[in-house]
Amino acid sequence: MRQQVLALYLSTSALDAHVVGWSLYDGTGRTRPTTGDGDEPPYQTGLDALLDGWRLIQAAQLIPPYPGHEYDTSFLKHEFLFEKLHADS
Amino acid sequence: MSLLTSAQVARFAAHGYLRFDAIVPPEMNARAIEVLEAGIPAVPYGTPLSAAFPEGSFARELVELPAVAGALHSLLGPEPTVDHHAVHVREPREGHAQHLHGDAIIDVRPDAFDVQLMYYPHQVTAEMGGTLIVPGSHLRRINESDPGRYQNLRGQTRLTCPAGTVMLLHHGIWHGGRRNDGDTRRYMFKIRFNPTVPQVRLWDTADLADPAVVAELSTAFPWYEQATGRLEIYNRVLLWRALTGDETFDIDYWVTRVSNRPAVGSTA
Repeated sequence: MRQQVLALYLSTSALDAHVVGWSLYDGTGRTRPTTGDGDEPPYQTGLDALLDGWRLIQAAQLIPPYPGHEYDTSFLKHEFLFEKLHADS
Repeated sequence: MSLLTSAQVARFAAHGYLRFDAIVPPEMNARAIEVLEAGIPAVPYGTPLSAAFPEGSFARELVELPAVAGALHSLLGPEPTVDHHAVHVREPREGHAQHLHGDAIIDVRPDAFDVQLMYYPHQVTAEMGGTLIVPGSHLRRINESDPGRYQNLRGQTRLTCPAGTVMLLHHGIWHGGRRNDGDTRRYMFKIRFNPTVPQVRLWDTADLADPAVVAELSTAFPWYEQATGRLEIYNRVLLWRALTGDETFDIDYWVTRVSNRPAVGSTA
């Protein structure tokens, strides 16, 4: 089996929130996605990815800010990882 | 020297960069690639700009163009130091892009910033994979290549530009060299500058009260998450307070509201 991994970054912690960022890593070797290769996301929401057959394998935890760092910004908070499995061929 | 306006500096504070299309004259662009290929002598860290590049050299001519000199003065003040410089080349059909990153190491100074100049001597087409820049990413606290997992963010800028374009970037901006799918080498010359004076009201402040300033500072970028996007405005207000020395400046009461702590017995 070969794995394709899709990372979607959503506007809120809800899976049906809209996509603000995305990455694709293709273990089938059929495509070579890379940094800055598109301006339009593959799906408009995380739910749209489920509807297209992607399986959710991880969702970012909701972690309260560390005291004193409530206004700091850093990485995107709402990361959802999906997979599709493909039979070797 | 032509100084930036308040609206332009506000745009820098919000976007994390300014772009000047075709600001370098064609005759300089025509000889740039030969100069860059020959190499520009290294400059010791912290060399005053006026002593960094010899009289008559290409780099000196570049930083002394009135619009470039004026923009550098507006953001950094008089006599910044040169941190380092480098010629970046993306080879044709090299097959991969640089991961998204911030330069140097995590740098969270609230009241000072370095500026990176990027000069493109030739036209950059979409096929040539111009620099990827994420507008409004400069205040995020990340270390170097740690955001490399992110391939695309809504509203990212995939630079295409005419020959002679100069970008001035806040040190914290997320960026990366995109994959060059063309047949020619892509060149970019970068110089990093450090300020030597407090970066307060160094530009032409005649338009400081212009509504365009608040409009620029209120810019929301499509990749911001709903809640964190509000914190971006909060942090931008703090940056603008540092740049102007105006501790009362605010946008939509974001900072004032959460700073309000009446003392016991206060009648306020």
